[in-house]
Amino acid sequence: MNASARQFKRDAERLTRDLRHRLLIRTALKKYEVARDARRSRYQDWQSARQTAAEIKWDAVNHLDKYLEELVEKLESRGTKVHWASDGEKARQIILGIIREKQACSIIKSKVMTGEEIHLNEALEKAGLSVVESDFGEYIVQLRHEAPYHFVFPAMHLVRGEISELFQKELGSNPTNDPEQLMLIARQVLRGKYISADIGISGANFAIAETGMISITENEGNARLTCALPKVHIALMGIEKVIPKLEDLAIFLPMLATAGAGQALTGYNSLYGGPRQPGESDGPEEFHFVLLDNKRTHLLADAEQRDALHCIRCGACLNVCPIYRNVGGHTYGTTYQGPIGSVITPHLRGLQNWKHLSYASSLCGACTETCPVKIDLHHHLLQSRRNATAQRSIWWEKFAFKGFAFLMNRPILFLLVGKLGRLGQKFHPFVKGTRFDPARAWTRSRELPTIAKQTFGEYWRARGR
Amino acid sequence: MSEREKILGRIREALRVPAPVPGSADHSDGAVRVVTEAEAAKHIADWLPVVADTFDGRVELFRANAVELRAEFHLFRELQEMEIHVRELAIAEGWKKIASHSGELTDRACSALALPRLATDQKYDVNELESCDAGISECDALIAQTGSVLVSTRTAGGRALSVLPPHHIVLAKREQLLADLPEAFALLKSKYESNFPSFISFITGPSRTGDIERILVLGAHGPRKLTILCV
Amino acid sequence: MCYPRIGVSMVEIFERLGHSVDYPAELTCCGQPAFNSGYWKEARPIGVRVLNRLKDAEVVVIASGSCGAMIKKFYMDLFAKTAHFQAAKALASKCYEFSDFLVTRLGVTEVGARFPHRVTFHDGCHGLRELGNKKQPRALLAKVQGLELVEMSEAETCCGFGGTFATKFPMISTAMGEVKCASALETRAEYIVSNDASCNMHIQGLADRQQLPLRTIHLAEVLNSR
Repeated sequence: MNASARQFKRDAERLTRDLRHRLLIRTALKKYEVARDARRSRYQDWQSARQTAAEIKWDAVNHLDKYLEELVEKLESRGTKVHWASDGEKARQIILGIIREKQACSIIKSKVMTGEEIHLNEALEKAGLSVVESDFGEYIVQLRHEAPYHFVFPAMHLVRGEISELFQKELGSNPTNDPEQLMLIARQVLRGKYISADIGISGANFAIAETGMISITENEGNARLTCALPKVHIALMGIEKVIPKLEDLAIFLPMLATAGAGQALTGYNSLYGGPRQPGESDGPEEFHFVLLDNKRTHLLADAEQRDALHCIRCGACLNVCPIYRNVGGHTYGTTYQGPIGSVITPHLRGLQNWKHLSYASSLCGACTETCPVKIDLHHHLLQSRRNATAQRSIWWEKFAFKGFAFLMNRPILFLLVGKLGRLGQKFHPFVKGTRFDPARAWTRSRELPTIAKQTFGEYWRARGR
Repeated sequence: MSEREKILGRIREALRVPAPVPGSADHSDGAVRVVTEAEAAKHIADWLPVVADTFDGRVELFRANAVELRAEFHLFRELQEMEIHVRELAIAEGWKKIASHSGELTDRACSALALPRLATDQKYDVNELESCDAGISECDALIAQTGSVLVSTRTAGGRALSVLPPHHIVLAKREQLLADLPEAFALLKSKYESNFPSFISFITGPSRTGDIERILVLGAHGPRKLTILCV
Repeated sequence: MCYPRIGVSMVEIFERLGHSVDYPAELTCCGQPAFNSGYWKEARPIGVRVLNRLKDAEVVVIASGSCGAMIKKFYMDLFAKTAHFQAAKALASKCYEFSDFLVTRLGVTEVGARFPHRVTFHDGCHGLRELGNKKQPRALLAKVQGLELVEMSEAETCCGFGGTFATKFPMISTAMGEVKCASALETRAEYIVSNDASCNMHIQGLADRQQLPLRTIHLAEVLNSR
């Protein structure tokens, strides 16, 4: 077992015992469920909407080169500077290069998950730049020097008391338990940063090939300010996010909001087509758009799992996942948590080191059922297990399953094992729960079933058939 | 080889093997089903929430959505009523300075106010905008289906006017009320063709966050109040 | 092996309805444990035996959502692009999970059962999501004399068994089971009914260890009660 898998198990062990944490997450997600169900029921046909969304994404991803070229051509024609980055290192270099060229020192960021993915903040801070997260939840976890807990709700694991203490410690503010007061504290602090920032860095939820725009979804308004006030705007986006036509947003924007947070539409859905145009009174003088590969093409090449690139990052699969609900977001140790994270991380970071995420699932399928773009998530976890063992099998596991197949195909042996099991049961209480207990993984928290006095097979034979 | 060529090369190589279309769980005959965006997208309006056919029905839907979003919405019969309402707001909230842009509705509403006014039609000082109590703008459209206001640099005085001041007032004409999102995107395309504003936004309620224990708080970074006046 | 009453109940119900039942005693397993762990090559020989033994059956009824899903859905993944694919498809088309067989294929919901208890139903994930059997068990329970069905808030949430998951990640498996038990206790039901013995084994094992007043029972056993 490698280090990430060991860490995962350690954290899972700790978090599943933390009943306070389990209750907090459950309560938050129950509220989400109620809102989501109410909102979904207003659609005339949610299932057909999913199919349409899935088909548009299929077209987009399976003609990715064509749409990317169209997107870039349109963006460049209106003054956007487009950069391509095959990996995280290249992307960091590009962004640092722009910042150095502008001799900028202060940077304001809205939520950029691809930025987390390439550890952008660390690179910027190492270069002596001041970076402020403007998204409220991201700002909180930044002050705590923590990773985001959930890629839509980064501070979901915290209660107001903890946030108040954090603000008292880091900002010198007065203690308060009022969420509105807490938000006002952050708003005050961040206000000045928007106005004085040299550079604004954002992500993008979608990019539209047809019209050469990026689309950014948010509730707070911090992304709008990040993309309006600083002189330079840099947007970082994964290559898979491009969609063919402007009107495709008519299905993606509401579904993202509904599946992600039970809203009809998120507070602000903004389209950016370039830097300030002639005749416009504000907006950045320069707009840089950085396209990131970082192993997305690796996932693209796996035709069986390619639809994982259809993801619109709504977070719905996290919200319904019983594993996520019980271990929480930090346990995954990845940029993207939950089912989608478990599917794509092996592709982005390596299968052998991250295959444990495919096994840390009961394959219940709630994720696949809820995904607004019909990604076959839980089946991909199954496929990853197959791929991992085909690439490098664990010798004793392979041996055990060969033995299992041998046994299962020989009913007489199976019967014998059954009889031995009935005998062995008598002795089991002596070792139960100790390290000699072969069923310890089960018996540490559960009782074992007993083998019946007459099995069904024996009953059937007794009937004389 | 440039980064661009590297990435496009990898994409083309990857796409040589076709992927199954989601929702077509047919493992059998190996024939690969193909779908086009055009075919898929034409049904979108049929799946989204239903919207009434009539103006009255749409107004009621917009109004109900606005209430849910904690936005103020008023429909007036005459322009003068709208002007009076804006003046009443100014008094009730104690506005000392407002920001706006030039437009048929905004000019009339603002001239009735007799308050110092920052015009964002040309380059302006952001600090001055920050000191304004309200931003008054027009819009591209209102959308009944979601209770949204569609704005752009051209109809709302730039990028920041409608998001920096703590109260955003939107002035709209009743002909601007559209049914649903597909209509809104069709409008954008027909209105702007290939000369789009560099910024367009769908504003759905005042600024908000649920980051603290999923409790709704208004006025995170954008306006705490959104007032939509339609005549 | 551990729950023979499930099989016995099914046999008695079918014979009462006038059908003749055969049991392929030499079949032991559908191969799902190997398949789920990623060992598809090792799972195939098990599946081939199943395909061969059942190819002449008129209809195959399975008492478990998860085995049912393995044979009805996953065999087509397991045997894709192999010589056995058509056989897998053929078997899938005549294979039914128990409640689905009664309600959909036989059109029967009333089997003359009597079970005067307050119960709640646990939807096993395979049966619910792979096979789509939400309504069928409930249609059957509705016709059981004296039975009161109370839905629990977490009826559709995974109980945490998940096959080898239960022993690979026992702490998560247990936490999920606790959520299920807590939800069942809220309904004050005397029994948790499900159509998957492995779910029952896990829930009961946890309930017994934590001494919770919960009894699990298989749908077939309820339907065979008089």
